[in-house]
Amino acid sequence: MKKHYSINRILIYVFLVFMFVVSVFPFYWMVAGMTNIAVEVIKGKMTFGNQMLSNITTLFTRYDMIRILLNSLKVTGFTVLGTLIVSSMAAYGFQTYASPAREKAYSIIILFMMVPFIALMIPLFRLIAKMHLLNTHSGLVLTSIASVFIIFFFRQSFKAFPYEIIQAARVDGAGEFRIFFSIFIPSMKSTYAAAAIYSFMSSWNAYLWPLIILQTDKQKTVTLMISSMSSAYFPEYGVIMTAIVIATLPIIIVFFGFQKYFVQGMLGSLKQ
Amino acid sequence: MTGESTSRSFIKSKNKYGWLFVSLALILLGVFLFYPIVYSLYLSTTSSKGIVQKFVGFGNYVKLFQDSMFILALKNTLIFFLIQVPVMLFLALILATILNDKTIKYRGLFRTAFFLPAVTSLIAYTILFKMMFSLDGFINNALLNVHLIKSPIPWLLDPFWAKVTLIIALTWRWTGYNMIFYLSALQNISDEIYEAAELDGANKVKQFFYITIPLLKPLILFTTIMSTIGTLQLFDEPMNLSQGGVTSATIGPGNSLLTLSVYVYNLCFKYMPNFGYAATVSYAIVLIVAILSIIQFKVMGDKK
Repeated sequence: MKKHYSINRILIYVFLVFMFVVSVFPFYWMVAGMTNIAVEVIKGKMTFGNQMLSNITTLFTRYDMIRILLNSLKVTGFTVLGTLIVSSMAAYGFQTYASPAREKAYSIIILFMMVPFIALMIPLFRLIAKMHLLNTHSGLVLTSIASVFIIFFFRQSFKAFPYEIIQAARVDGAGEFRIFFSIFIPSMKSTYAAAAIYSFMSSWNAYLWPLIILQTDKQKTVTLMISSMSSAYFPEYGVIMTAIVIATLPIIIVFFGFQKYFVQGMLGSLKQ
Repeated sequence: MTGESTSRSFIKSKNKYGWLFVSLALILLGVFLFYPIVYSLYLSTTSSKGIVQKFVGFGNYVKLFQDSMFILALKNTLIFFLIQVPVMLFLALILATILNDKTIKYRGLFRTAFFLPAVTSLIAYTILFKMMFSLDGFINNALLNVHLIKSPIPWLLDPFWAKVTLIIALTWRWTGYNMIFYLSALQNISDEIYEAAELDGANKVKQFFYITIPLLKPLILFTTIMSTIGTLQLFDEPMNLSQGGVTSATIGPGNSLLTLSVYVYNLCFKYMPNFGYAATVSYAIVLIVAILSIIQFKVMGDKK
C-alpha cells in the first residue's frame, strides 16, 4: 500500500515537471531565438548564438521599432488612464447612489458584456470613419475607455467599501467629487492596480481593432508589426524573435512585480 | 440613516450626482457599444455591393445556410470548441487539484510557471508556435530525435494537423489561466471534506469526481461560458498561423483554420465588402454564443 502511494507520487511529479517544461520552454526558446539568425531559428536551434546585437540593430533601424514602441506606449497609457477614471467613476456612481433607473441601466450594460466584439465591429468601423478618426490613436483609445468588464470589476470591489466613511465626510462638508477623488480612490489602491494591469494587458496586446483602423506603418502598434513581419515573403525569424521578446517583456515585468494584484484582478470579477 | 427633514433634497441632489458620475461612461457606451450593436442588427437585413445598399429582410439569414464558406467556418469553429475547451478545462482542473495538495513541493513555482503563458500576447505566442511547428522546425526535430515519429509531421501544411496545432497552441495559452480560477476556489474548500472521504475509503480519483468537480460546478460553468465566447471569437491565432497572415489566400491549408470571426473580417476587408452580410454572420455568432450559454446553464447550473 505504501509503495503504491509513492509510485503515484513519482508519476505526479513527472507530470508536473513535464507541464513545467512545456509551459516555460517557449519563453526560453524565444530568448535563445533572439540571438540566432533566421535559418537557425526556423530549424529549431536551442542554444544561444551571437546575433543578438545584429537582430536588435535590424529591428530598430529597418523596422522603426522606436516609433512603434512609442505608439503602443501612447495608446496603452491613455487607454489605462482613461479607463481607470471613466470606468471607476461609473462604478462608483452605480454603487453609492443606487437608484432604480441606474440599476436598470447597469443591468443592460452588463448584458452587453456577452456580445462578442465582432458583432459591433462593422458599425464601429463606419462610425470611426465618419468621425474622421480612422488611422488615429484616438480612435483606439476613445472606443475602449468605457469598458463594461472593468466597470463590473470595479463595482464588485467597491461593494466592500464602508459607506459610513462617505457619510461622515459629507457631514464634514466635503463635496461629492472631493470625496471620490481624495478619500475613496486613495483607499482603493489595490483595486485600481488590478484594473490597471488588466487594462494594460488588453490594450498592449490588442490586435483585431488596431488592425482594422490603423492603416499606415507610421501609426502601427507592436502587435501589428510582429504580425506583418511574420507574414513577409522572407521572414527574418531572428528579428521577429527579438520583437516578440520586446513586446512580451513589459507584461512579464508587470506580472512579476504585481503578481498579487494580477491574480486578484482576475479573481475579483468572481467575488459576489 | 439620514434625518427626515434633510432626506428629500438630499435624495434629489444625490440622484443628480449619481447621473454625473455615470454619465461619461454611459455616453461612451451608448455611442461605441449600444449604437453599433443595434445598427449591426439593422445592417444584417441589408445587402451591399460597394456603396449600393438595399433592404433584403431575412434574405441574408437564409443565404447563410447556402453559403458553403459559412458552413465550413461554422464547422471549424465548433470543432475547436468541442475538442479544445473540454481538454483544456479538464487539464486545468487536474493541475489545480494537484497544486492544491499541500504535500506537493515547489507549488508556488509550478503555479507561476503554468500561469506564465497567459501573460503573452495572442500574436506573440501564435507566431512563436508557427515557428516551432514549421516542417523542419523545433517540434519535428525534437520528435525525430527521440524516435517518436519516422518522418516530419506536416503540422501547418495539412488540414488535419493544422487544426491539431491550433488546439495545442490554445491549450498552452489558456490552461494556466483557467487553473488559477479553480485553484482559488479549491483553497476555500475545507480539508475536512477530503479527510472524511479518505476515511470512507474513497481514493483520490473518486474524490476528484465526486467531491472536487461537484463543488467547483459554478466555476466550471463560468469558465466554460468564458471559453465559449473566446472560441467563437477566435481570430488572432488562426489568422496568424496562416502562411501569409492577413493577406493569405486561405486561412490554414484548405481553409482548415477559417473561423467565423475570420470569415466576418474577410467579408468586410478582403473580398468585395458586403457589410450587410458580414453583420448577419456576426449576429449568427451572437446567436450561437447565446444558445450554447443557455445549454451550458441548463446542463450545469442547478437552480441558480
